[in-house]
Amino acid sequence: MTSIGQRLTLLLAGVAALLSLLSWGMVTGFARQAAERTQDNVLAASVTTIAETLRSEQGEVRLELPYAAFAMLGAISEDRVFYRVTAAGRMLTGYDDLPPPSGAPPGQVVFDTGDYSGAAIRMASVTRLVLAGAEPVPVTVTVAQTRNGVDAIASELSRLAAILSVAFFVLAVTLSAFAARTSLRPLNEIAAAVSRRGPSDLRPLLRAAPTELAPLMSALNRLMDRLGQSIRRSEDFIAEAAHRIRTPLATVRTQAEIALRTVQDEGERQRLRRIIRAVDESSRSAGQLLDHATVAYRTEDLARDPLDLADLAAQTAAAMEPTAAMRDIRLHLKAAPVQVNGDAVLLDNALRNVLDNAIKYSPEDTAVTLRIGRSETEARISVIDEGPGLGEGPVEALTERFRRGSNTGGIVGSGLGLTIAADVLRAHGGRLELATAQNGRGACVSLVLPLG
Amino acid sequence: MRIPGLALGLILWALGTASALEVEDHRLYPGTGDRVLRIVSTTDLAVFEPYVLAFGSARPEISVDYSVVSSSVLHSAIREGAQFDLALSSAMDLQFQLANDGFAQPYRSAATEALPDWARWRDLIFAFTTEPAVVVINTARFDGLPLPTTRQELIAILRDNPDRFAGAVGTYDVRDSGLGYLFATQEDRSTDAYWRLNEVMGRLGPRLYCCSAQMIDDIDEGRLALAYNVLGSYAAERLAQDSGGRIQILRMQDFANVMLRTAIVPATAQEIEAAGAMIDMLATLGLREAPGDWPLPSLSQTGEGEAVGFGPIRLGPALMVYLDPLNRRAFLEEWENAMEQR
Repeated sequence: MTSIGQRLTLLLAGVAALLSLLSWGMVTGFARQAAERTQDNVLAASVTTIAETLRSEQGEVRLELPYAAFAMLGAISEDRVFYRVTAAGRMLTGYDDLPPPSGAPPGQVVFDTGDYSGAAIRMASVTRLVLAGAEPVPVTVTVAQTRNGVDAIASELSRLAAILSVAFFVLAVTLSAFAARTSLRPLNEIAAAVSRRGPSDLRPLLRAAPTELAPLMSALNRLMDRLGQSIRRSEDFIAEAAHRIRTPLATVRTQAEIALRTVQDEGERQRLRRIIRAVDESSRSAGQLLDHATVAYRTEDLARDPLDLADLAAQTAAAMEPTAAMRDIRLHLKAAPVQVNGDAVLLDNALRNVLDNAIKYSPEDTAVTLRIGRSETEARISVIDEGPGLGEGPVEALTERFRRGSNTGGIVGSGLGLTIAADVLRAHGGRLELATAQNGRGACVSLVLPLG
Repeated sequence: MRIPGLALGLILWALGTASALEVEDHRLYPGTGDRVLRIVSTTDLAVFEPYVLAFGSARPEISVDYSVVSSSVLHSAIREGAQFDLALSSAMDLQFQLANDGFAQPYRSAATEALPDWARWRDLIFAFTTEPAVVVINTARFDGLPLPTTRQELIAILRDNPDRFAGAVGTYDVRDSGLGYLFATQEDRSTDAYWRLNEVMGRLGPRLYCCSAQMIDDIDEGRLALAYNVLGSYAAERLAQDSGGRIQILRMQDFANVMLRTAIVPATAQEIEAAGAMIDMLATLGLREAPGDWPLPSLSQTGEGEAVGFGPIRLGPALMVYLDPLNRRAFLEEWENAMEQR
């Protein structure tokens, strides 16, 4: 399907072609008319000049062809000239086989078109009454001229008009293309405005649009509105689903813990502990899925609030304290205030996942250190554990979704934690660095954020 | 028609009366081939022969049949449908009328395109010379008199010396000579001194001629003291051939007619290609810059640079005005009244 611009240009070009043709035809017609009128005027002047010399001498009609009468005919074109003078139907002088003129009252010049001597001619005739003897005699003077001059002028002007028409057509087509592009500009602008937006930006388009585009705009806005509602519904649904999964899981866990205390048989207790661990892991996975959804949603429209990394780390560490305590893991916070711009919710999310990982993979009764530092251009939160390290294989691959390390044997995990952290930092223009801790044991995961 | 005599016979037959086509001179220039270019012309053979010979060397396969007639005979012959391939005449008005009335056929070539606008009309008539009308005098018979430079001075000299000029003034008989009539009518139109001059000449008992050549002869031999409206090109040619100092050419400074010698291709022409080739040659010679050895002047020779200051007689329908029978009759009546006072 051709573009609207092309169709519009073609249509306008068609109109221009029609108008050019029309104007050429009209100019050609007018030129011919004007040339014919000029010839008629000169013929009339010539025939009148001759008629003025008519006189009567001794009862006979006399006349003298004035030089000017023919000189003026020769002045406008190189046309052949014929003439005739008759008195009461009797030939006085000239070409007696010229076609007869149409009748007219005396004194009035009449024009005729005919053929003579193998050429089309234009004739002007005038009749004058000359008193010869007793009777007034009607004397008719006819001057005829071929039409080559008229044809030459008309075809020359027609040729000029044709050149002008073609030039006009070319200009019109150029302007048509320009006009088509100009009138389509609002459409392109709206398209550009829509494509510039992030996927989560579903505010209505408020730009001024031509009336023709108003239906499209309102349809688009309605669509975005519905899309927004639908997204909100699915967010609500995810939150609701996570909540609904975690609440019964918490109940199951509580019941299992109570049972653990009451059951004496070691085999039973072992089974109950496995249940509790599985429930924990399920609850954590549900949380991480929720986190991942949140991160995916929020990174599209990132908040850039000023915040202190030390505060953030302290809060996150405080929130993770109970989890760590359960496994006798100490959290050391070595923090100095560092101001960055970022999304507090997401950064908390990222740090929590990294911490969670560290706690999960650390042996019991060890320490996890949180160190906040800065360089000229970057702020850095390092989480250092004393666990088994990152194992063999490329460390970058660990940030891929659902990818788990090669030495996680026996520990349940979703593989989403580092992915979430890496996504958050990428959205902030930073990165997640994975390394082996300095003392050669354990992992060092750093959240690196740009400053300023 | 390969036998010129037969063509001539047919023309004579066509014209009805033998006197209608008086061939003054005739010559056949045989070529190597069968084709014959039949030229009817008012130009004397002596003057035109170099052109025919030049054509012959350029196109040796074409024979040229050249007939010299008076301009009025040429005019009526073409009107009657006489078979010629090319008509050359000094009577512009008659030539123009032939073209206007459809007795000429168009011809167009690079050479004719190169002619100035005033030297052609509608691809029908082509001028190849410009030739002024001059006064020729016999120096001996003018001895002691100042040379006139204008018509006023000429009138005064003629009037003041009736004894010296009685019967010794010559001019064209405009009733017979087409060229004479053209010169006379154009002078009638252009200068009012013309009729006063005619009156003065008429009192002197002028001798009337058909042709320039005979007037120049009589000047040369002393029978005439002055000839008025002689074709300047013929006089110059005579001067160049025989400069015994007996004749002198005077150009009137107040006004001088300049005639165009013109060519048309008659509607009856058969050897159109050969006629076109001849026209091309004449037109090219007409546009030459240097005078060269040619007997007739070029188109530029008598235009600019001459004191006359008048352009050549215009080719146009106005030329037909004096050919109108009523006008001609009135003009001739007046002319006769002036010229024949005795």
